Amino acid sequence: MTIQDEYRKKGWKNLPPGGIVDRPATALEYKTGTWRAFRPIRNKDKKICQNPEACLICWALCPDAAIKRVEPNELEFDMDYCKGCGVCALECPLKAIEMEQEE
Amino acid sequence: MSKITEVRFHGRGGQGVVTASRLLADAAIREGKFIQAFPEFGPERAGAPIKGFTRISDKKFTIKSAIYTPDVVAVIDPTLPRLVPVTEGLKEGGIVVINTPETPEAIKSKLGITDTVAAVNATNIALETIGRPIANTAILGAIVKVTDLVKLDSLIEALLEVFKGGVGQKNVEAIKRSYEEVKVA
Amino acid sequence: MAKAKTLGMMGDFAVAEAAKLCNPDVIAAYPITPQTIIVERLSEFVADGELECEYICVESEHSAMSACYGASATGARVYTATASQGLALMIEIVYITASARFPVVMTIANRALSGPINIHCDHSDAMLARDSGWIQLFAEDCQEAYDSTIQAFRIAEDKRVSLPVMNCLDGFVLSHSIEPVTTLPIEDEETLDGFLPIRDPLYKLDVDAPIAQGLLALPEFYMEIKRGQQEAHLKSLSVIKEVIQDFGDRWGRYYPVVEPYQMDDAEVAVMTIGSSTGTGKAAVDELRAEGKKVGLVKLRCYRPFPVKDIQAALKKAGAVGVCDRAVSFGSTGPVYADTAGAMVGRGGPLVKNFIIGLGGKDITIDTFRTMYDNLYADLAKGEIEEPVEWIGIRGE
Repeated sequence: MTIQDEYRKKGWKNLPPGGIVDRPATALEYKTGTWRAFRPIRNKDKKICQNPEACLICWALCPDAAIKRVEPNELEFDMDYCKGCGVCALECPLKAIEMEQEE
Repeated sequence: MSKITEVRFHGRGGQGVVTASRLLADAAIREGKFIQAFPEFGPERAGAPIKGFTRISDKKFTIKSAIYTPDVVAVIDPTLPRLVPVTEGLKEGGIVVINTPETPEAIKSKLGITDTVAAVNATNIALETIGRPIANTAILGAIVKVTDLVKLDSLIEALLEVFKGGVGQKNVEAIKRSYEEVKVA
Repeated sequence: MAKAKTLGMMGDFAVAEAAKLCNPDVIAAYPITPQTIIVERLSEFVADGELECEYICVESEHSAMSACYGASATGARVYTATASQGLALMIEIVYITASARFPVVMTIANRALSGPINIHCDHSDAMLARDSGWIQLFAEDCQEAYDSTIQAFRIAEDKRVSLPVMNCLDGFVLSHSIEPVTTLPIEDEETLDGFLPIRDPLYKLDVDAPIAQGLLALPEFYMEIKRGQQEAHLKSLSVIKEVIQDFGDRWGRYYPVVEPYQMDDAEVAVMTIGSSTGTGKAAVDELRAEGKKVGLVKLRCYRPFPVKDIQAALKKAGAVGVCDRAVSFGSTGPVYADTAGAMVGRGGPLVKNFIIGLGGKDITIDTFRTMYDNLYADLAKGEIEEPVEWIGIRGE
């Protein structure tokens, strides 16, 4: 249950004072991946991006921090939060990322 | 009290939901009807599920609330029904007009809808006529065909006021195609 | 000769069209949802040469009202628009503009004041300014928003008034809603066929006839000056009525300061302000068809508060609920407070307060049914059980 679902069950007497949200990191509950119309596919047909740690441009530029570095030298695209903005594909110097339409 | 027909559009921000609700109203006002068209959205961002409302009546009405018991539900984005209760409040005998590549029978059983469904592949029509997957004008053709709320010519006139030149003509083609291709079950 | 046209227009568009028709000399404005379409549209008119006007793009609402104040001081016709936080930001100059008797016309697309942040409709913004000395008119629909804008310039600039006018239209519900709007058929655009003469200022900054303006006033003078301001404001009601009559006689649409709806034999009634009036009238029609003797009073002019008109409209009802789309924390809704003051000690109906529709909470036919049931219950008991009730919120 997201914080929104939880607060929807509350009436005016038991919502927290001052209109606050009483715990941190609730943005993580909101899976913005559902907004996607296009998804990034890395190294679709050939292994172009072999050494991501030497570059990390897509990781640095992703506005949602949805690209994760995985030890020792790999990247993981987190589809729970990737909105499909395409910045990674646009900026990749090797053109290793393609944007494909979501189902 | 003269009958007020209530249409509720469902789509995502950026898909032209608001424009669709307005064009329908514009078409009706050309026929001398009394109309109202307005959106309902939360944070204004592309991709957020939003609603557009259109009311049409032969006589003046004063109600200003959102539409809770629509006569017609129009779904512009086929990914929405699994996220949003699009048929909520649909009146008995109401109709759902949905943008989908599926047949009306298939979409009815897929979404568990028992009301009348009109299905049209508006996205595809839009891609083939306008060249972009913006289905809002295409779906209006289907709505007009199955509800008879306004005349097709009124809708086309209203559209050409907003979309001029070549773009206008392409949108007219989209409307005419969906008018012809919509299927009901 | 321009013919009257009936077009589908968004409230914001209609206001911009009306403002254009009135030919302001200066517009200084800053955008804020849900008013943005008004100022954008007006800037398009200016850019396209359809409106000859000095359009000042300012850096904040405080600057907007300051620029309007300065422009009005020279005798120019001035227009602006804002909402919510924008009104809050400019509020000190809002008061000062009224005290200077400058007839600036400002549209407010009513939006809730923060916090929490909310861009949707309520009247907390207008109520922030209710003590400021501005005349405040509230529109029920987009047609009225259009007509009211035109009336506002005439009211404001009438030398007997010479006060700024705030035209309110509900944010999103009207500002972003398309409704049929019939424009005015005007032959002489300079004075709108004589309805709106060129501004003849009460006073102005003029190097050939110098005065001193915007001064300090010590206790010896402040109160007397304010008493004069109050007098002008109270007297403006008769001018407002004159303008309403003239507008109606010319173009067939009358907007009384207080409009009773099905009140002749009403047992219970609500008083509404703004767009909820429209839904209220629809609710009255539904309930009347069910045999219930309910009525509604629309309050169009909130400042000056039309005491006698309200007393006359409400006196025969058994119980009245005043609907506020704002609340004065620590006390009641503002319209209720004014109304109770008008009705106290005169016999007449039981009067209570409903707080509805804050922060864009939708006001529906059911909201009105709840209020009418509530009023009937109090009427049966012969007394108001709960003087203030919040309708339509979770947890009650």
